[in-house]
Amino acid sequence: MIPLSFYLILSAAFFSIGVIGVLTRRNAIIVFMCIEMMLNAVNLSFIAFASFFGDSSGQVFVFFVMAVAAAEVAIGLAIIIALFRNKLTINIDEINILKW
Amino acid sequence: MNIEIVAFAILATIGIASAILLVLQKNPVYSALLLILHFMALAGLYLLLNAQFIAVLQILVYAGAIMVLFVFVIMLLNLQNEQALVDNFNIRKIVSFILGVVLFLQFAVFFLVKAKNDIDIKKSPDSIDAGSIQNIGEALFTTYLIPFEIASFLLLVAIIGSIFLAKRKIE
Repeated sequence: MIPLSFYLILSAAFFSIGVIGVLTRRNAIIVFMCIEMMLNAVNLSFIAFASFFGDSSGQVFVFFVMAVAAAEVAIGLAIIIALFRNKLTINIDEINILKW
Repeated sequence: MNIEIVAFAILATIGIASAILLVLQKNPVYSALLLILHFMALAGLYLLLNAQFIAVLQILVYAGAIMVLFVFVIMLLNLQNEQALVDNFNIRKIVSFILGVVLFLQFAVFFLVKAKNDIDIKKSPDSIDAGSIQNIGEALFTTYLIPFEIASFLLLVAIIGSIFLAKRKIE
């Protein structure tokens, strides 16, 4: 029988690795993958709580997170393609037109 | 040795190893393949937690649809390899690494020390029923009917937005 805190610590580890990836990598696609990883870490703790409390509400929330993540990926990758078409790079250090 | 503990250890190791390799990998194609492995390990963990429907959804939606999108975009953009992480270690990367580790330690200390008594409950016997398609469908179409409809609208907006963004040049 695995205690709940194991699942929560595993989820925290996934989330922290995702944070490190977002902060250190400069390739926009890999930054995006790390954001997906962070969303999934949160999903894991949702499922762990839902299972340990015997309530299906947590799993319904994971369903909604997945729907939002699918929408986010579609929009985000479209933005990356539009950026690449205009600036011929997806290095996020070189994309600084919003920075004054 | 309990089979549940063995399965958890294997899946957790695969998940953490693929996540770390994803961050360290230079080539985005390998990162995408490692992310698929990471999602598969997560689906296995969901099965251990009696969430059968979500485990299937994880493989269908994440490892299937979303990763196909990622691989397609990588193919379309035809990118060069980024410089290796180890080659250009600067102060910003070291600081962000330390920040990530501190974040993890905060979570770990909270779960292990502060919240140990409150959080270490037994797994509920209802959990096998809670993960079934019947129960989730019931909750989705009664209690959460309005959020469900809003989610479908959100997906419609995302389709229109992505077509608009990818179609024409930004001035």
